[in-house]
Amino acid sequence: MDNQFFVDSAHLSPKALEKKHRLETDPSFRKNHMEYLPGMEQIESDICARVIGQMQSYDYNAYTARDVRAALEHETCSVEDFKALLSPAAEPFLEQMAQRAREETSKHFGNTVYLFTPLYIANYCENYCVYCGFNCYNHIQRMKLTPEQIEKEMRIIAESGMEEILLLTGESRGQSDVAYIGEACKLARKYFRMVGLEIYPVNTDEYRYLHECGADYVTVFQETYDADRYEQLHLLGHKRVWPYRFDAQERALRGGMRGVAFSALLGLSDFRKDALASALHVYYLQRKYPHAEMSLSCPRLRPIINNDKINPLDVHEKQLCQVLCAYRIFLPFVGITVSSRESAAFRNGIVKIAATKVSAGVSTGIGDHESKYSGKETDEVQGDEQFEINDNRSLGKMYSDIADEGLQPVLNDYLYV
Amino acid sequence: MTNDTLILGGHEFSSRFILGSGKYSLNLIEAAVRDAGAQIITLAVRRANTKEQENILDFIPEGVTLLPNTSGARTAEEAVRIARLARELGCGDFVKIEIMRDSKYLLPDNQETIRATEILAKEGFVVMPYMYPDLNVARALVDAGAASVMPLASPIGSNKGLATKEFIQILLDEIDLPVIVDAGIGRPSQACEAMEMGAAAIMANTALATAGDLPQMAAAFRLAIEAGRKAYLSGLGRVLSRGASASDPLTGFLRN
Repeated sequence: MDNQFFVDSAHLSPKALEKKHRLETDPSFRKNHMEYLPGMEQIESDICARVIGQMQSYDYNAYTARDVRAALEHETCSVEDFKALLSPAAEPFLEQMAQRAREETSKHFGNTVYLFTPLYIANYCENYCVYCGFNCYNHIQRMKLTPEQIEKEMRIIAESGMEEILLLTGESRGQSDVAYIGEACKLARKYFRMVGLEIYPVNTDEYRYLHECGADYVTVFQETYDADRYEQLHLLGHKRVWPYRFDAQERALRGGMRGVAFSALLGLSDFRKDALASALHVYYLQRKYPHAEMSLSCPRLRPIINNDKINPLDVHEKQLCQVLCAYRIFLPFVGITVSSRESAAFRNGIVKIAATKVSAGVSTGIGDHESKYSGKETDEVQGDEQFEINDNRSLGKMYSDIADEGLQPVLNDYLYV
Repeated sequence: MTNDTLILGGHEFSSRFILGSGKYSLNLIEAAVRDAGAQIITLAVRRANTKEQENILDFIPEGVTLLPNTSGARTAEEAVRIARLARELGCGDFVKIEIMRDSKYLLPDNQETIRATEILAKEGFVVMPYMYPDLNVARALVDAGAASVMPLASPIGSNKGLATKEFIQILLDEIDLPVIVDAGIGRPSQACEAMEMGAAAIMANTALATAGDLPQMAAAFRLAIEAGRKAYLSGLGRVLSRGASASDPLTGFLRN
């Protein structure tokens, strides 16, 4: 058990501490992570079985340089080719992969790079996910913005020129219910052209409601597609139910959302298998819902408040780049987002190869855009951040940096219809 | 040959190169107008729907006709709404219908396109539908009031050239409206070939946008399109497929 994630706090009561330790050490004390909880919609779908079947049989050490060369020569990248490109055998071919990836990116996206910013509106969380700064046992400043505060944050962000926003909450239905998030979407529609959501998974009818409120893109990170590993990391709460999370994108599309985004949190488990499963999740869903827009992210673990030792293990920048190039070659039409978890240098390089969307002007804290954007000191309470970001460039700086690379920054390419 | 113009919805154009949308940059627009001679530039309405300081609309030179497209639409209804929005944004009456229910290949949905054409033509738009080259669909588009038809040469952005050549030829033979070849034209020689066949104009974007030297490539497209057009107008001579041929090899024995 990787207990480098565990952090105790003097603020927890003896009873809470005891429960926490029991959850950490006694698997029989935890709920079955494959069992749906009451109220969770179960849909008929074969996507999960297909993705997991492929992932389990994936033996990346079986691929050789020959397979990689063949994959790079093929005009269309098959699932087998993709497996070769993700394998250790492809590592010496990183430059060739990047060349091919760049060609595909340019065919499908030209030289455009889209910009967006996340807005965290609440950080309450009912889950115990051991690597996350928002986890319910972590002692941090909790906060939930009121509609007035949300609007104030949005106004500040919109004034910076940003046109696409991603609304985030901690995963707490109790503190930030669907109605609350819906109101935030309605406000966001006033200030932004494109509204995305990264919230706890909900049922189809709830996605439909949020779509009607103005959201059109849903991001859900599976964290890890390895359900056994998932069970060891998500010890308590709704989020613990792995299959309900897996089907979130499909429910969102059935609820009328235009697009969905996917990712594993690379470094939690075997990253090659997780990368394979993430891409196949996109691949099979796209075949079933060909009209839907799809995108992939590639977050790696980051340090959190009270635990600065959390790191992405064996996923170094070279491995991350390999994964992104393989994604691009296999799925040339999908968007690829690279967040501010990564350094400015990495993001500057990767937008020239495979990434099509980057965040700017990022804060993962709550209610702190005024102080972060204007440098203005404030007495108002601010909620703590989910993780430490790495690239803190403002929109203006990001815009000019992208343009300096010979690329074209784009703030909006979207209509809500 | 003195007055060989392209007429679309009552408007006259001397250029037969149309700049497609998708991959935009100021340099691309400049090169398309200055070096390729474009008089029509396509614009994705969703891209113009911005507060951005550098709105693409501001880059369109005077005298160039905007051809807003409905990219992003998945149904006829969505396309109609986007077209109306384009009119409100001041983009004029031209509209290129693009309806895709496929995010991977971006192939047009012909049935929805016919429905949208019917609605928008009735509302007075100059409707230019992007389509998969199918004769029955092209005829339905004519009946629906289209100003032209725009068959794809090959998948958008692929630069693969005239993969649908035989079917485009059928449209050229049977459809009286201007047939504008759109999507997949990757090189000037392919543009020339389509023009020789009798296409009324060529739309391209990726081929220019991804060229090493944009202005040179734009100029090459202009020359190729002009060459193909002249060849078409002059009437192509017979092309011998294998060696020379006697004048009447089979019927030379006949007397009288």
